[in-house]
Amino acid sequence: MNRWQYALTRLLQIIPTFFVVMLLVFVMVRLLPGDPASAILGDRVTDEAIAQVNRRLGLDQPLPVQFGIFVRNFFRGDLGSSANLRVPVLELIKERLPVTLYLTAYAGVLAALLAVPLAILAAFRRNTWVDGLIRGVFQVGLSVPVFYVGLQLLTFFGARLGVFPVGGVGSNFTQNLYYLFLPALSLGFYLSAILMRNLRASIIEVFSAEYVEFARSKGLKRRVVVLKHILRNALISTVTLFGLSIGQLIGGAVITETVFAVPGVGRLMVDAIFGRDYAVIQGLTLTFALLVSLVFLLTDLLYATLDPRAELS
Amino acid sequence: MATSSLSPKRDARRSLLRVSPKPTLLLGLLLLAVFLAAALFPAQLAPYEPAEFDYTAIMQPPSAAHPFGTDNFGRDVLSRVIWGTRIDLQIALFTTLFPFIFGTLVGALTGYYGRWLDAIFGRIVDVVVVFPFLVLVIAIVAVLGPGLLNMYIAVSSVGWIYYARLVRGEVMVQKKAEYAQAARVMGYSPARVIFRHLLPNAVTPAIVYLMTDMSLGILLGASLGYLGLGAQPPTAEWGVMIADGKNFMVTAPWVTTFPGLALTAAGLTFSLIGDGLADLLRPRA
Repeated sequence: MNRWQYALTRLLQIIPTFFVVMLLVFVMVRLLPGDPASAILGDRVTDEAIAQVNRRLGLDQPLPVQFGIFVRNFFRGDLGSSANLRVPVLELIKERLPVTLYLTAYAGVLAALLAVPLAILAAFRRNTWVDGLIRGVFQVGLSVPVFYVGLQLLTFFGARLGVFPVGGVGSNFTQNLYYLFLPALSLGFYLSAILMRNLRASIIEVFSAEYVEFARSKGLKRRVVVLKHILRNALISTVTLFGLSIGQLIGGAVITETVFAVPGVGRLMVDAIFGRDYAVIQGLTLTFALLVSLVFLLTDLLYATLDPRAELS
Repeated sequence: MATSSLSPKRDARRSLLRVSPKPTLLLGLLLLAVFLAAALFPAQLAPYEPAEFDYTAIMQPPSAAHPFGTDNFGRDVLSRVIWGTRIDLQIALFTTLFPFIFGTLVGALTGYYGRWLDAIFGRIVDVVVVFPFLVLVIAIVAVLGPGLLNMYIAVSSVGWIYYARLVRGEVMVQKKAEYAQAARVMGYSPARVIFRHLLPNAVTPAIVYLMTDMSLGILLGASLGYLGLGAQPPTAEWGVMIADGKNFMVTAPWVTTFPGLALTAAGLTFSLIGDGLADLLRPRA
């Protein structure tokens, strides 16, 4: 199986999974307390008006038919309308998703920038005080909740020192590097701790591999051995871990966006839950699932490219 | 023949004694003892009632009378942190207990029997892993309504998957081992082979993960409390306390700092114990 066939197979595998995901979300939303018609129309309505909305939404049909309508609408890009904000859910997602994607990517980049150099340092200075310090700090990093890191950064750099904004987003890409720095840092910190541990362990493991010994005894320069032989191999598992963690990072955005008042889909989700805005909850849950599926797919493909030993099946 | 000689359990026990536990594990156990004491005897340890308002002592900085200061209702922060231990340790336990037991059971059965059971399990895993854990949990809480009990239900209905995956993989390896084949050849029932022979040797990674998961459970519980979806005010839960005090972080930082430290220390406790256990229980050649 070559790489393209593999990519196509993996892409096709997403379809049945996503079908079940849609079924799950469909059932979940039907279990929510309250009915959609009165959620849209408010409390003071006639039975006739409710019946009319139910007809329009297809809610008077049997459940399997409703599910069919739901799937059809989804593929047409119709995710229903927000009952509270009175706009189509798709519009909301289009407007808010880029912010969350930016934040998540930024957090991922910061996590890698923190984790990789420190993991290398810790591994090469194994069992010294440098290693101990780095590991200690990250061990604590694994134990601090994201919202608490966020609040502390916000108070210190935003409110006390005034060097960073206390919330919101900028109006373009460069401005957001500044506006979203603290949210991205607090979101990425936990991931950097996970990556650091993993990379440190794999570098130490690769140290003793035969091919490294061979490269050394061949008289290759230390830098070449470190970069081409040790790091390249040690990074494979870390890159995979990174990809698998992106999903959790997107989940963490729900909290970070709430703490920093960032208008992304995470905050939208929390608002929708408190506002019982079912169409939004449904649309966002599906969006999150679709995003994570795509990230997993990319991770698999990247892994196959990085590690020539990977079996494509 | 004694059944235990069929399994390598004895050797594992001997190797346990050969390595001494690391100082980090001891630190974790010490912290755990402190937290357990606070959770078991809050009434004896806390100087005030956790919900007692004192309008004469609002937002007092730490002092001899109130070592951790007071909050915007004049409640004693130290007492609330101590009473919060009970809630947050309960969260650690109840978000992990059911997933551990049920997940281990499912993992053992799917790993042992394979075939259609394993196929169904595989599909469930495929579906669950495409949701960010937190998103799925808060979506379920949205269906059930906010509160601790509903949070336990939400976390449990997803969390078992991770244990099942771990145990399944381990059982699939162990069932090919000679001792397991020997047990089967001796005509023992599948139940006996699974529970007496395979599980004791396959459950180690799940136990190590249980510790990490308790740490994650505390963080998750506090996060949901902070968002308003977990424990509800005026409950003295650390996440809720931080949410209550977030508007005074500049003027009265002690209101949020101490529950934050307690949260971090509790998370650290379980992750230190988890790492220590992983070291101790790791099979050595």
